[in-house]
Amino acid sequence: MDGVHDLGGMHGFGRVDREPDEPPFHAPWEGAVVAVMRASGAAGVFNIDEFRHSIERMEPDRYLASTYYERWLDGVARLLVEKGVVTAADLEARTAFFRARAGASADDALSAPPPPGALSPRRGAETFFRPATAPPRFAVGDRVRTRNGRARGHTRLPRYARDKAGVVAALRGVCVFPDTNAHGRGEQPEPVYGVGFAARELWGDTAEPNQQVFIDLWESYLEPDARRG
Amino acid sequence: MGKNHPNVDDDVVSRVRALESLLLEKGLLAPDAVDRVIRHYEADTGPMVGARAVARAWRDPGYKRRLLGETTAALADLGVEFDRLVVVENTPAVHNLVVCTLCSCYPWGVMGLPPTWYKSFPYRARAVAEPRQLLAELGLHVPPEREIRVWDSSAELRYMVLPAPPTGSENRSEDELACLITRDALIGVAEVAAAG
Repeated sequence: MDGVHDLGGMHGFGRVDREPDEPPFHAPWEGAVVAVMRASGAAGVFNIDEFRHSIERMEPDRYLASTYYERWLDGVARLLVEKGVVTAADLEARTAFFRARAGASADDALSAPPPPGALSPRRGAETFFRPATAPPRFAVGDRVRTRNGRARGHTRLPRYARDKAGVVAALRGVCVFPDTNAHGRGEQPEPVYGVGFAARELWGDTAEPNQQVFIDLWESYLEPDARRG
Repeated sequence: MGKNHPNVDDDVVSRVRALESLLLEKGLLAPDAVDRVIRHYEADTGPMVGARAVARAWRDPGYKRRLLGETTAALADLGVEFDRLVVVENTPAVHNLVVCTLCSCYPWGVMGLPPTWYKSFPYRARAVAEPRQLLAELGLHVPPEREIRVWDSSAELRYMVLPAPPTGSENRSEDELACLITRDALIGVAEVAAAG
Protein backbone atom coordinates (compact mmCIF):
# COMPACT_ATOMS: atom_id res chain seq x y z
CA MET A 1 0.00 0.00 0.00
CA ASP A 2 1.12 3.55 -0.66
CA GLY A 3 1.45 4.48 2.98
CA VAL A 4 3.63 6.80 5.02
CA HIS A 5 5.82 3.83 5.92
CA ASP A 6 7.22 3.83 2.37
CA LEU A 7 9.77 6.52 3.13
CA GLY A 8 12.57 6.04 0.60
CA GLY A 9 13.50 9.34 -1.03
CA MET A 10 11.15 11.59 0.93
CA HIS A 11 12.22 15.10 1.88
CA GLY A 12 11.66 17.10 5.02
CA PHE A 13 12.68 14.78 7.86
CA GLY A 14 15.86 16.66 8.67
CA ARG A 15 19.10 15.31 10.04
CA VAL A 16 19.91 11.90 11.46
CA ASP A 17 20.71 12.18 15.15
CA ARG A 18 22.73 9.46 16.79
CA GLU A 19 22.36 8.92 20.52
CA PRO A 20 25.73 8.15 22.12
CA ASP A 21 25.87 4.85 24.04
CA GLU A 22 22.27 4.08 23.29
CA PRO A 23 20.88 1.23 25.45
CA PRO A 24 19.13 -1.76 23.77
CA PHE A 25 15.82 -0.68 25.31
CA HIS A 26 15.00 2.76 26.67
CA ALA A 27 12.38 1.37 29.02
CA PRO A 28 11.20 -2.12 30.03
CA TRP A 29 7.87 -1.71 28.20
CA GLU A 30 9.76 -1.75 24.90
CA GLY A 31 11.12 -5.21 25.73
CA ALA A 32 7.62 -6.26 26.76
CA VAL A 33 6.30 -5.26 23.33
CA VAL A 34 8.97 -7.43 21.69
CA ALA A 35 8.05 -10.33 23.98
CA VAL A 36 4.34 -9.98 23.24
CA MET A 37 5.01 -9.81 19.50
CA ARG A 38 7.28 -12.86 19.62
CA ALA A 39 4.88 -14.88 21.74
CA SER A 40 1.91 -14.09 19.48
CA GLY A 41 3.93 -14.95 16.39
CA ALA A 42 5.18 -18.21 17.93
CA ALA A 43 1.61 -19.15 18.85
CA GLY A 44 0.64 -18.74 15.21
CA VAL A 45 -1.64 -15.77 15.79
CA PHE A 46 -0.05 -13.92 12.87
CA ASN A 47 2.91 -14.12 10.53
CA ILE A 48 5.61 -11.51 9.98
CA ASP A 49 3.98 -10.17 6.84
CA GLU A 50 0.65 -9.66 8.60
CA PHE A 51 2.56 -7.91 11.37
CA ARG A 52 4.36 -5.53 9.00
CA HIS A 53 1.11 -4.81 7.19
CA SER A 54 -0.65 -4.15 10.48
CA ILE A 55 1.93 -1.47 11.30
CA GLU A 56 1.43 0.02 7.83
CA ARG A 57 -2.27 0.33 8.54
CA MET A 58 -1.69 2.59 11.54
CA GLU A 59 -3.29 6.01 10.98
CA PRO A 60 -0.64 8.03 9.08
CA ASP A 61 -0.54 10.93 11.51
CA ARG A 62 -0.08 8.57 14.43
CA TYR A 63 2.55 6.58 12.56
CA LEU A 64 4.60 9.72 12.07
CA ALA A 65 4.16 10.80 15.68
CA SER A 66 5.11 7.47 17.25
CA THR A 67 8.34 5.76 18.23
CA TYR A 68 9.35 2.42 16.77
CA TYR A 69 8.04 0.32 19.65
CA GLU A 70 4.85 2.36 19.83
CA ARG A 71 4.27 1.35 16.22
CA TRP A 72 4.95 -2.28 17.15
CA LEU A 73 2.48 -1.99 20.01
CA ASP A 74 -0.16 -0.63 17.68
CA GLY A 75 0.53 -3.36 15.11
CA VAL A 76 0.38 -6.21 17.63
CA ALA A 77 -2.72 -4.90 19.38
CA ARG A 78 -4.60 -4.47 16.11
CA LEU A 79 -3.86 -8.06 15.04
CA LEU A 80 -4.69 -9.57 18.43
CA VAL A 81 -8.10 -7.90 18.23
CA GLU A 82 -8.68 -8.68 14.54
CA LYS A 83 -7.72 -12.33 15.06
CA GLY A 84 -10.10 -12.59 17.99
CA VAL A 85 -7.44 -13.40 20.58
CA VAL A 86 -8.54 -10.45 22.71
CA THR A 87 -11.56 -8.22 22.35
CA ALA A 88 -11.24 -4.49 21.95
CA ALA A 89 -13.42 -4.08 25.05
CA ASP A 90 -11.17 -6.32 27.17
CA LEU A 91 -8.11 -4.49 25.96
CA GLU A 92 -9.61 -1.10 26.85
CA ALA A 93 -10.81 -2.31 30.24
CA ARG A 94 -7.43 -3.84 31.05
CA THR A 95 -5.65 -0.69 29.89
CA ALA A 96 -7.87 1.36 32.20
CA PHE A 97 -7.02 -1.02 35.06
CA PHE A 98 -3.31 -0.31 34.66
CA ARG A 99 -3.81 3.40 33.99
CA ALA A 100 -5.38 3.59 37.43
CA ARG A 101 -2.52 1.64 39.00
CA ALA A 102 0.83 3.05 37.98
CA GLY A 103 3.58 0.61 38.82
CA ALA A 104 1.36 -2.47 38.86
CA SER A 105 2.84 -5.53 37.19
CA ALA A 106 1.09 -7.47 34.45
CA ASP A 107 -0.05 -10.33 36.69
CA ASP A 108 -1.67 -7.95 39.19
CA ALA A 109 -4.76 -8.01 36.98
CA LEU A 110 -5.02 -11.80 37.04
CA SER A 111 -7.48 -13.49 39.37
CA ALA A 112 -5.69 -16.83 39.12
CA PRO A 113 -2.14 -17.91 38.26
CA PRO A 114 -1.57 -18.01 34.50
CA PRO A 115 -2.03 -21.43 32.90
CA PRO A 116 1.22 -23.28 32.22
CA GLY A 117 2.48 -24.24 28.82
CA ALA A 118 3.03 -20.88 27.14
CA LEU A 119 5.51 -21.27 24.34
CA SER A 120 9.09 -20.13 24.69
CA PRO A 121 10.07 -19.69 21.06
CA ARG A 122 13.57 -20.55 19.96
CA ARG A 123 15.12 -17.55 18.28
CA GLY A 124 16.52 -17.91 14.80
CA ALA A 125 14.66 -21.14 14.13
CA GLU A 126 12.32 -19.59 11.59
CA THR A 127 13.28 -19.65 7.93
CA PHE A 128 11.65 -17.78 5.08
CA PHE A 129 13.25 -19.91 2.38
CA ARG A 130 11.25 -22.58 0.58
CA PRO A 131 12.21 -25.28 -1.93
CA ALA A 132 12.24 -24.21 -5.57
CA THR A 133 9.39 -25.68 -7.60
CA ALA A 134 10.29 -24.15 -10.96
CA PRO A 135 13.41 -22.70 -12.54
CA PRO A 136 13.88 -18.98 -11.91
CA ARG A 137 12.68 -16.73 -14.70
CA PHE A 138 15.71 -14.43 -14.61
CA ALA A 139 19.47 -14.94 -14.44
CA VAL A 140 22.30 -12.81 -13.12
CA GLY A 141 23.01 -10.06 -15.63
CA ASP A 142 19.45 -9.89 -17.00
CA ARG A 143 17.99 -6.42 -17.42
CA VAL A 144 14.66 -6.21 -15.65
CA ARG A 145 12.04 -3.57 -15.02
CA THR A 146 9.93 -3.31 -11.90
CA ARG A 147 6.20 -3.25 -12.24
CA ASN A 148 4.22 -0.08 -12.00
CA GLY A 149 0.94 0.34 -10.13
CA ARG A 150 -0.42 0.96 -6.69
CA ALA A 151 -0.74 -2.26 -4.73
CA ARG A 152 -3.68 -1.89 -2.35
CA GLY A 153 -2.35 -4.37 0.15
CA HIS A 154 1.05 -5.26 1.52
CA THR A 155 4.02 -5.24 -0.81
CA ARG A 156 7.78 -5.02 -0.50
CA LEU A 157 8.37 -3.16 -3.72
CA PRO A 158 9.20 0.35 -2.51
CA ARG A 159 7.41 3.19 -4.28
CA TYR A 160 10.66 4.84 -5.34
CA ALA A 161 11.67 1.69 -7.24
CA ARG A 162 8.50 1.30 -9.29
CA ASP A 163 8.76 1.13 -13.08
CA LYS A 164 12.56 1.31 -12.90
CA ALA A 165 15.13 -0.60 -14.92
CA GLY A 166 17.84 -2.53 -13.14
CA VAL A 167 20.15 -5.49 -13.52
CA VAL A 168 19.86 -8.80 -11.68
CA ALA A 169 22.95 -9.05 -9.49
CA ALA A 170 22.14 -12.16 -7.44
CA LEU A 171 19.64 -14.99 -7.03
CA ARG A 172 18.67 -15.00 -3.39
CA GLY A 173 16.63 -18.19 -3.23
CA VAL A 174 12.92 -18.89 -3.08
CA CYS A 175 11.04 -17.05 -0.32
CA VAL A 176 7.54 -16.71 1.08
CA PHE A 177 5.67 -14.02 -0.89
CA PRO A 178 4.65 -11.19 1.46
CA ASP A 179 1.96 -9.83 -0.85
CA THR A 180 -0.15 -12.96 -0.36
CA ASN A 181 1.11 -14.10 3.04
CA ALA A 182 0.06 -10.80 4.62
CA HIS A 183 -3.52 -11.34 3.49
CA GLY A 184 -4.27 -14.96 4.35
CA ARG A 185 -3.71 -16.08 0.78
CA GLY A 186 -0.85 -18.45 1.54
CA GLU A 187 2.90 -18.40 1.22
CA GLN A 188 3.03 -18.76 -2.58
CA PRO A 189 6.86 -18.79 -2.56
CA GLU A 190 8.72 -17.10 -5.40
CA PRO A 191 12.33 -16.60 -6.42
CA VAL A 192 13.87 -13.44 -4.98
CA TYR A 193 16.47 -11.49 -6.94
CA GLY A 194 19.00 -8.95 -5.81
CA VAL A 195 18.55 -6.17 -8.35
CA GLY A 196 20.91 -3.22 -8.76
CA PHE A 197 19.58 0.18 -9.85
CA ALA A 198 21.74 3.12 -10.88
CA ALA A 199 20.92 6.11 -8.69
CA ARG A 200 20.26 8.14 -11.84
CA GLU A 201 17.53 5.68 -12.88
CA LEU A 202 15.84 6.18 -9.51
CA TRP A 203 16.38 9.87 -8.87
CA GLY A 204 17.02 11.39 -12.30
CA ASP A 205 19.04 14.58 -12.48
CA THR A 206 19.00 14.97 -8.72
CA ALA A 207 20.89 11.71 -8.12
CA GLU A 208 24.24 11.81 -6.40
CA PRO A 209 27.06 10.60 -8.66
CA ASN A 210 28.51 7.10 -8.58
CA GLN A 211 25.81 5.36 -6.57
CA GLN A 212 23.68 2.24 -6.88
CA VAL A 213 20.80 0.93 -4.83
CA PHE A 214 20.31 -2.83 -4.46
CA ILE A 215 16.91 -4.20 -3.56
CA ASP A 216 15.81 -7.82 -3.10
CA LEU A 217 12.68 -8.25 -5.19
CA TRP A 218 10.23 -11.08 -5.69
CA GLU A 219 9.79 -12.42 -9.21
CA SER A 220 6.25 -11.02 -9.56
CA TYR A 221 7.61 -7.52 -9.11
CA LEU A 222 9.76 -7.88 -12.22
CA GLU A 223 9.40 -8.19 -15.95
CA PRO A 224 12.03 -8.30 -18.68
CA ASP A 225 13.13 -4.77 -19.55
CA ALA A 226 11.52 -4.46 -22.96
CA ARG A 227 12.34 -0.81 -23.42
CA ARG A 228 15.96 -1.51 -24.20
CA GLY A 229 17.08 -3.25 -27.37
CA MET B 1 8.54 14.48 12.33
CA GLY B 2 8.86 11.20 14.17
CA LYS B 3 9.88 11.04 17.76
CA ASN B 4 13.17 9.35 18.32
CA HIS B 5 12.79 8.97 22.02
CA PRO B 6 10.55 6.72 23.99
CA ASN B 7 7.18 7.87 25.05
CA VAL B 8 6.79 7.82 28.79
CA ASP B 9 3.11 8.35 28.30
CA ASP B 10 1.32 6.33 30.96
CA ASP B 11 -1.21 5.25 28.39
CA VAL B 12 1.41 3.44 26.32
CA VAL B 13 2.78 1.64 29.35
CA SER B 14 -0.74 0.76 30.52
CA ARG B 15 -1.62 -0.63 27.12
CA VAL B 16 1.50 -2.80 27.03
CA ARG B 17 0.73 -4.10 30.54
CA ALA B 18 -2.81 -4.83 29.39
CA LEU B 19 -1.64 -6.92 26.44
CA GLU B 20 0.91 -8.68 28.60
CA SER B 21 -1.65 -9.58 31.23
CA LEU B 22 -4.28 -10.69 28.70
CA LEU B 23 -1.78 -12.98 26.98
CA LEU B 24 -0.55 -14.33 30.32
CA GLU B 25 -4.15 -15.10 31.23
CA LYS B 26 -4.67 -16.98 27.98
CA GLY B 27 -1.45 -18.96 28.33
CA LEU B 28 0.08 -17.36 25.25
CA LEU B 29 2.87 -15.53 27.07
CA ALA B 30 5.26 -17.34 29.40
CA PRO B 31 5.51 -15.57 32.78
CA ASP B 32 9.24 -15.02 32.36
CA ALA B 33 9.11 -14.12 28.64
CA VAL B 34 9.49 -10.37 29.08
CA ASP B 35 12.47 -10.68 31.41
CA ARG B 36 14.10 -13.18 29.09
CA VAL B 37 13.70 -10.94 26.04
CA ILE B 38 15.15 -7.95 27.86
CA ARG B 39 18.03 -10.00 29.27
CA HIS B 40 18.78 -11.51 25.85
CA TYR B 41 19.12 -8.16 24.11
CA GLU B 42 20.91 -6.46 26.99
CA ALA B 43 23.41 -9.25 27.68
CA ASP B 44 23.56 -12.08 25.17
CA THR B 45 23.61 -10.47 21.79
CA GLY B 46 24.58 -7.30 19.98
CA PRO B 47 27.01 -6.05 17.37
CA MET B 48 29.81 -8.05 18.98
CA VAL B 49 28.48 -11.14 17.18
CA GLY B 50 28.98 -9.58 13.77
CA ALA B 51 32.22 -7.98 14.93
CA ARG B 52 33.66 -11.42 15.73
CA ALA B 53 32.95 -12.60 12.19
CA VAL B 54 34.56 -9.48 10.72
CA ALA B 55 37.63 -9.72 12.94
CA ARG B 56 38.14 -13.35 11.94
CA ALA B 57 37.71 -12.46 8.28
CA TRP B 58 40.44 -9.82 8.62
CA ARG B 59 42.85 -12.35 10.14
CA ASP B 60 41.97 -15.35 8.00
CA PRO B 61 41.53 -14.99 4.21
CA GLY B 62 39.91 -18.43 3.99
CA TYR B 63 37.31 -17.42 6.57
CA LYS B 64 36.72 -14.17 4.73
CA ARG B 65 35.94 -16.07 1.51
CA ARG B 66 33.48 -18.23 3.40
CA LEU B 67 31.88 -15.27 5.15
CA LEU B 68 31.29 -13.61 1.79
CA GLY B 69 30.36 -16.74 -0.18
CA GLU B 70 28.94 -19.28 2.29
CA THR B 71 27.74 -16.91 4.95
CA THR B 72 25.40 -19.24 6.83
CA ALA B 73 28.15 -21.84 7.25
CA ALA B 74 30.70 -19.20 8.23
CA LEU B 75 28.36 -17.92 10.95
CA ALA B 76 27.75 -21.48 12.14
CA ASP B 77 31.53 -21.73 12.72
CA LEU B 78 31.01 -19.06 15.38
CA GLY B 79 27.99 -20.83 16.83
CA VAL B 80 25.56 -18.37 15.24
CA GLU B 81 22.42 -19.71 13.61
CA PHE B 82 21.24 -17.25 10.96
CA ASP B 83 20.41 -18.37 7.43
CA ARG B 84 19.75 -15.13 5.60
CA LEU B 85 22.70 -12.82 5.98
CA VAL B 86 24.47 -11.22 3.03
CA VAL B 87 27.89 -9.74 3.80
CA VAL B 88 29.01 -6.87 1.55
CA GLU B 89 32.67 -5.88 1.51
CA ASN B 90 34.00 -2.34 1.55
CA THR B 91 36.95 -1.86 -0.81
CA PRO B 92 38.92 1.15 -2.01
CA ALA B 93 36.44 1.35 -4.92
CA VAL B 94 33.17 0.65 -3.09
CA HIS B 95 31.53 1.78 0.13
CA ASN B 96 28.41 -0.10 1.32
CA LEU B 97 25.50 1.23 3.36
CA VAL B 98 22.52 -0.70 4.76
CA VAL B 99 18.97 0.60 5.30
CA CYS B 100 15.38 -0.62 5.27
CA THR B 101 13.14 2.07 3.81
CA LEU B 102 9.84 0.22 4.38
CA CYS B 103 10.15 -0.63 8.06
CA SER B 104 13.46 -1.11 9.84
CA CYS B 105 14.68 -4.59 8.91
CA TYR B 106 18.05 -5.26 10.51
CA PRO B 107 20.13 -8.39 11.15
CA TRP B 108 19.04 -8.88 14.78
CA GLY B 109 20.63 -12.34 14.77
CA VAL B 110 24.14 -10.99 14.24
CA MET B 111 23.91 -7.36 15.37
CA GLY B 112 21.31 -7.26 18.12
CA LEU B 113 18.70 -4.52 18.21
CA PRO B 114 18.89 -1.70 15.68
CA PRO B 115 19.79 1.71 17.08
CA THR B 116 17.05 4.33 17.10
CA TRP B 117 18.68 6.42 14.38
CA TYR B 118 18.60 3.44 12.00
CA LYS B 119 14.82 3.24 12.51
CA SER B 120 14.37 7.01 12.22
CA PHE B 121 12.43 8.60 9.38
CA PRO B 122 15.32 10.79 8.15
CA TYR B 123 17.62 7.78 7.83
CA ARG B 124 15.01 5.64 6.05
CA ALA B 125 14.12 8.52 3.73
CA ARG B 126 17.59 9.76 2.87
CA ALA B 127 19.92 6.74 2.80
CA VAL B 128 18.74 5.57 -0.62
CA ALA B 129 18.52 9.01 -2.25
CA GLU B 130 21.37 11.09 -0.82
CA PRO B 131 23.74 8.72 0.93
CA ARG B 132 26.89 10.71 0.26
CA GLN B 133 25.49 13.84 1.84
CA LEU B 134 23.99 11.86 4.71
CA LEU B 135 27.29 10.11 5.44
CA ALA B 136 29.15 13.43 5.31
CA GLU B 137 26.74 14.83 7.92
CA LEU B 138 27.57 11.81 10.06
CA GLY B 139 31.28 12.51 9.67
CA LEU B 140 32.12 9.97 6.99
CA HIS B 141 33.38 11.61 3.82
CA VAL B 142 33.27 9.22 0.87
CA PRO B 143 35.22 10.64 -2.08
CA PRO B 144 33.25 10.98 -5.33
CA GLU B 145 35.36 8.39 -7.13
CA ARG B 146 34.35 5.76 -4.58
CA GLU B 147 31.04 4.14 -5.48
CA ILE B 148 28.34 4.00 -2.81
CA ARG B 149 26.17 0.89 -2.83
CA VAL B 150 23.05 1.17 -0.73
CA TRP B 151 21.33 -2.06 0.29
CA ASP B 152 17.61 -1.51 0.90
CA SER B 153 16.95 -4.68 2.87
CA SER B 154 13.20 -4.76 2.44
CA ALA B 155 12.94 -8.52 1.72
CA GLU B 156 13.93 -11.29 4.14
CA LEU B 157 17.65 -11.11 3.41
CA ARG B 158 19.67 -9.11 5.92
CA TYR B 159 22.87 -7.20 5.30
CA MET B 160 26.09 -6.58 7.17
CA VAL B 161 29.03 -4.55 5.94
CA LEU B 162 32.53 -6.04 6.05
CA PRO B 163 34.48 -2.85 6.71
CA ALA B 164 38.12 -2.31 5.79
CA PRO B 165 40.57 -3.18 8.56
CA PRO B 166 42.21 -0.21 10.27
CA THR B 167 45.86 0.51 9.62
CA GLY B 168 48.19 -1.45 11.86
CA SER B 169 45.75 -4.32 12.26
CA GLU B 170 48.28 -6.93 11.09
CA ASN B 171 49.82 -7.21 14.53
CA ARG B 172 46.60 -7.41 16.46
CA SER B 173 44.74 -10.50 17.63
CA GLU B 174 41.21 -11.36 16.55
CA ASP B 175 39.90 -10.37 19.99
CA GLU B 176 41.67 -7.02 19.91
CA LEU B 177 40.33 -6.33 16.44
CA ALA B 178 36.78 -7.32 17.37
CA CYS B 179 36.78 -4.64 20.09
CA LEU B 180 37.51 -1.95 17.49
CA ILE B 181 34.54 -2.83 15.28
CA THR B 182 31.49 -0.70 15.95
CA ARG B 183 27.86 -1.26 15.10
CA ASP B 184 27.97 1.86 12.94
CA ALA B 185 30.77 0.35 10.84
CA LEU B 186 28.74 -2.84 10.33
CA ILE B 187 25.84 -0.70 9.02
CA GLY B 188 28.16 1.40 6.87
CA VAL B 189 27.90 4.84 8.47
CA ALA B 190 31.44 4.70 9.87
CA GLU B 191 34.85 3.21 9.18
CA VAL B 192 36.75 1.18 11.73
CA ALA B 193 39.33 3.41 13.37
CA ALA B 194 42.66 2.12 14.69
CA ALA B 195 42.93 1.98 18.47
CA GLY B 196 43.91 5.36 19.90
